[in-house]
Amino acid sequence: MTRIDRIAEPWGTRTPYGPGEQWPTRVDSHLAEGLTEADVDRWVQSATILHSNGDGLDIAVKDDRIVGVRGRAVDRVNHGRLGPKDLYGWQANHSPERLTKPLVRRDGKLVETDWDTAMDAVAGRAKELLAEQGPSAISFYTTGQLFLEEYYTLGLIAHGGIGTNHVDGNTRLCTATAAAALKESFACDGQPGSYTDIDHADVIALYGHNMAETQTVLWTRILDRLAGPNPPAVVCVDPRETPVARHATVHLAPRPGTNVMLANALLHEIIGNGWVDAEYVQAHAVGFEELVKRVENYPPEVAAEVCDVPVEQIREAARIIGTAERLLSTVLQGFYQANQATAAAVQVNNIHIVRGMLGKPGCGILQMNGQPTAQNTRECGADGDLPAFRNWSNDEHIADLARVWNVDPMDIPHYSPPTHAMQMFRYAEEGSIRFMWVQATNPAVSLPELGRIREILAQERLFLVVQDIFLSETAQLADVVLPAATWGEKTGTFTNVDRTVHLSEKAVDPPGEARPDLDIFIDFAHRMGLADRDGAPLVKWSTPEEAFEGWKECTRGRPCDYTGLSYDKLRGGSGIQWPCNDEHPDGTEHIYVDGRFWSDPSYCESYGRDLVTGAPLSPVEYKAMNPSGKAVLKAAEYVPPHEVISEEYPFQLMTGRTLYHFHTRTKTGRAPQLQKAAPEVWVEMAASDAADRGFTEGDLLEVSTPRGSVEAKLRISGIRPGAVFLPFHYGYWDEPAGHEPDGERGRAANELTITDWDPASKQPIFKTAAAAVKRLKKSDGPSPAPTTTGSRPVTGGVPPTTGGEPALSTEELTTVAGGAR
Amino acid sequence: MKLHLAIEELHRSENHLAGALLAMSDRHKADHEVFHVARDIARWSQDHVRALADIGRDFGLDLDPEPKGDPTVLEKARQKASDLMGRSSTPGMLLLADLRHIYREASGTSLDWELLAQGAQGARKRELLQLAERCHPDTLRQVRWANGKLKESATQVLVS
Repeated sequence: MTRIDRIAEPWGTRTPYGPGEQWPTRVDSHLAEGLTEADVDRWVQSATILHSNGDGLDIAVKDDRIVGVRGRAVDRVNHGRLGPKDLYGWQANHSPERLTKPLVRRDGKLVETDWDTAMDAVAGRAKELLAEQGPSAISFYTTGQLFLEEYYTLGLIAHGGIGTNHVDGNTRLCTATAAAALKESFACDGQPGSYTDIDHADVIALYGHNMAETQTVLWTRILDRLAGPNPPAVVCVDPRETPVARHATVHLAPRPGTNVMLANALLHEIIGNGWVDAEYVQAHAVGFEELVKRVENYPPEVAAEVCDVPVEQIREAARIIGTAERLLSTVLQGFYQANQATAAAVQVNNIHIVRGMLGKPGCGILQMNGQPTAQNTRECGADGDLPAFRNWSNDEHIADLARVWNVDPMDIPHYSPPTHAMQMFRYAEEGSIRFMWVQATNPAVSLPELGRIREILAQERLFLVVQDIFLSETAQLADVVLPAATWGEKTGTFTNVDRTVHLSEKAVDPPGEARPDLDIFIDFAHRMGLADRDGAPLVKWSTPEEAFEGWKECTRGRPCDYTGLSYDKLRGGSGIQWPCNDEHPDGTEHIYVDGRFWSDPSYCESYGRDLVTGAPLSPVEYKAMNPSGKAVLKAAEYVPPHEVISEEYPFQLMTGRTLYHFHTRTKTGRAPQLQKAAPEVWVEMAASDAADRGFTEGDLLEVSTPRGSVEAKLRISGIRPGAVFLPFHYGYWDEPAGHEPDGERGRAANELTITDWDPASKQPIFKTAAAAVKRLKKSDGPSPAPTTTGSRPVTGGVPPTTGGEPALSTEELTTVAGGAR
Repeated sequence: MKLHLAIEELHRSENHLAGALLAMSDRHKADHEVFHVARDIARWSQDHVRALADIGRDFGLDLDPEPKGDPTVLEKARQKASDLMGRSSTPGMLLLADLRHIYREASGTSLDWELLAQGAQGARKRELLQLAERCHPDTLRQVRWANGKLKESATQVLVS
């Protein structure tokens, strides 16, 4: 057993292993100061919630209080490991700033009230609007941080009860393109890869995915492969010099906004050199000829020019990928939040299809998620999709869902694609949405162009309900605030990126009068008098386990089949991957084995969209293109970004994440070790750009776009020249003005971002905006950015990021017999 | 042979379609997706205008290769007006009318490409046929965009 500062060493100690071997177990834990495991009264099973990796953990409870966490050695995902956000983040549950009573707005101020008053206000306004305007007035903006049972209940209430088409989650900002890209290539959501592919791969390609910071434990698995015998080659596509880039065999740092150009050049080389599994393509894919024709126009020389990447690097990356025997690819925000998001992510799928690298160990795609339960938002129909990957443009799927819910098919809106988040805010702006219920997310900091978003949320004519655990920037603008229970205070299940389902049990009571989100939704349904077609209550459950049983029925026979799972089955051991049913009682490690897809026209979730215009394909068009359930190779032309640099705005602005924070920092900012590691916003710039302007590390800069300005201290980092980077986590809840900038300049990166999104996935663009930079004040010391991560300084004199005594955590290297697969 | 008439007509209708898309974009600046996508796909029509002018020379035509510009002052004024109108719900009806207009214009242009392709095939004009094969799919995508957007937007506008 060793003690280690996991702020200074986010990935912990190496446990090297070779290809095909089992990843060694290392149990990480952190307990409140002065406590040892002997002091713990009980351990309660759960999984991690401050990222999307889904690491199994146990919550330590003493005197009915959470006092720490410990990784679960038996879990297939993490083999005992935890990341820094998991080790320290639980402390936020105890924050004295938790919401403990409902609030309502009286005479312009939020005042405490009781649940009856608050819920009557919510249901009362909803009923008024239904009578006056109908369901088109009502919208729900949810999250990627509730539990499966809660999303399914919300989807049922919104789609089956209220009948509104306006349901989406903040998953629109993080994972919409993952789903969209899978729907384009395989006509259905569902992750083709498995985390165990890392154990077998000989090449791992990461596209716009700073895994080291967003999924620390998954990156630890790769680091352990890299430290072992016969390590995989790593290809990294990222404009920043991230920890991934530092470990890469080839690092491509393209100009922001040019991903499709780069990906097409890679395909040009792969196809041109004959690194194609012709037999697989012939048997299992459609669209190859069109792809060949399209990428002909994208030779590496052209891409090198447009992307500003050396042509030899493009060729070398293509050779590594093209000659891989077991290729794993992962994709995240550098592609999803950029120009042509879906088109770019789809090209990664195309590489796997033309190379026949699917459905076997080491050959997988991980179109990643950002949030812990984003997969469930998608599965359960809380992000605008319909539950269990049913197809909104297939009438038989609607009829089947109506049967499960015992409602009239006409009651389930399916006249057009579900309204996405950005469009919901547009409808609220023009006044046709008049009721918005926001849950566990913070659009007043996380959406683009915050000046506009604050104006929309503050409108008198919009009734805003916010359900959260803290008085976030968004909650401060609400008409009603509902205090919710969080992780550790309620029971439910959730599913990670690689389809692994975990049970998270209640460890302690929520503070004050805070209630589980599920209870709040069911209370609302009853107050609204929502009923099925026989007059019985629409929501037929009152506990999480009953809701899970209801969900299982909804998934029967669908790709995400949960019918073989139960709370009992999930208790005690490892998480389990769906589909899990009679045929696969222990879950399924790889889908799409032997080129069998879920893309048959009568079964698939989606008929796809035009990647440039976003226009949905009709059922007839899809059937003509893909009559017999194959994978779809979808080609895409490069379209330049909409906002380009100018003399006035010469930099390309990217926003992003840091390892130590999550979302808008409402939890991680209240965990002392994490807050201290990254206490304040910073801006990154390349050494050459800084030198040109005479800037030095720590100078206070103003970054501005036509939409606003932000001030931040400069970190001179390994970012590519011409680009600047701002972390998006920092808002105003811990500043004097509370929900908006205090002066003329803000600190939220989204003051600057553009309102523009990918027409196919509807994911907002956070990686290409034109920005200007000027100095406000000379440096009085280095910027507070972490030194361990993508923001590592390239100049000397910056003290290293450490956590000291309070960050000491335990590592225990053991082998558990019969443990993880 | 009347192929030159078909080329001339297409040159006119593509020019018109590009202008209609740009004008529509300007009128709906507060509807961000419409604003951006209409501009992206107007570029296809502008590209067609250039290609038609180019090939027109082989048929004795002297067509302007430069797509008809939109006066910048007018463009800015339209954008400003649409920004100011962004808070009212009336632009919804205007959006539907504009999409309907684009659908009809693009459908007409699509038919023109069909005519041209038929003529080119009959006259064995290989290059002209290739041009039609390259451009016509873009026009069909413009049609489908207008149709899809109309479907998606209609319900909220009509029931609210």
